[in-house]
Amino acid sequence: MAVSDLQLPENVVVSRLDALASWCRKNSLWPMPFATACCGIELMATGASKHDLARFGAEVFRFSPRQCDLMIVAGRVVMKMLPVLQRIWLQMHEPKWCISMGACASTGGVFDTYAVVQGIDRFIPVDMYVPGCPPRPEQLIQAIIDLQDKIQREGTITGREFDTAGRQARKRALVEITSPLTVDAARNPVLQRELAAQAGSLAGRS
Amino acid sequence: MPFTPPSVDDVIAAVAGRFGPLETSAFRGQTRLVVPAERSFEVLEFLKQRGFDLLIDVSCVDYLEYRDPPMQMPACAGSRYGLVYLLASTTTNQRLTVRVFADDPEPMVASVVPLWEAANWLEREVWDLFGIRFTGHPDLRRLVMPEEFTAHPLRKDYPLQGRGERHNFPVITRHES
Repeated sequence: MAVSDLQLPENVVVSRLDALASWCRKNSLWPMPFATACCGIELMATGASKHDLARFGAEVFRFSPRQCDLMIVAGRVVMKMLPVLQRIWLQMHEPKWCISMGACASTGGVFDTYAVVQGIDRFIPVDMYVPGCPPRPEQLIQAIIDLQDKIQREGTITGREFDTAGRQARKRALVEITSPLTVDAARNPVLQRELAAQAGSLAGRS
Repeated sequence: MPFTPPSVDDVIAAVAGRFGPLETSAFRGQTRLVVPAERSFEVLEFLKQRGFDLLIDVSCVDYLEYRDPPMQMPACAGSRYGLVYLLASTTTNQRLTVRVFADDPEPMVASVVPLWEAANWLEREVWDLFGIRFTGHPDLRRLVMPEEFTAHPLRKDYPLQGRGERHNFPVITRHES
């Protein structure tokens, strides 16, 4: 029997569960402001009354990653900060999304030096990139609107859309010169512990 | 009778009387004193006793492939690193720059932390960025770069874009997070 054949009362609407969940999620994004530079000022302006991010349901900035589902990385990330960024990302609850705001977060910008990460997407997944140095609040709002479209289009109640192999394949760090004088990732005990815990919980779930 | 503080020239004369003649030069009213590395601690201690009681800064210059050799002075001939100690007197408001030169392969200078506690982090920063070893420093760790970093990035032979240190963090994928 088709849905249209159902005899429904006036105040009942039929939808797919995925669409309903995505509709709820997209209209209540809670941003985690990872603001490290001048993009952070534009981020604050976006949240303030003139540009009023509340119109899009994303005004609830929280400084605890446990309460957030949208990370907005606004500004350059130095290599000493990257483990912190990764840890905060791992601490956020699923489903979660990431906006890379501005030239520095997306590509390193003008800071092509030994200390600055050349694009956070080499190390954490990114959903939306906002160009600009720094971007106008309108651009960030556009990114949030686009992200809302993406959530509505691709979102599922179980988060299946996050598991596609193709999405992972695009998120690979560049393999660069190997040198004896390099940072040893295996010596970062905090991150290793986090990753091990995540792997354990994934294994238990499936 | 009003107190007349000793002038910088008097202090330098006293240093010369104690340690023998040292190279000096002046630029815009500021005096610079070049001290051999093996005597730097004694001279700085003497200067502190003679009124230069405040350590403003400790920094370093790498003169690798510098277009003019740094100051044509016997005390620093051919040395690669030039340390800069900026001293001041809180009573007379006079300033004095002390230069100490060190060279590869193991640039070493005596730590002045026993004289000024303020030198602790300043020397750690110089060690971090230039790799100058301060002998006698109580806690010579990196100050600004991450602990696992192995190079000294302000040396002139360190490449601007690094040696791949930026790419050795684990990659977090959607699947893992």
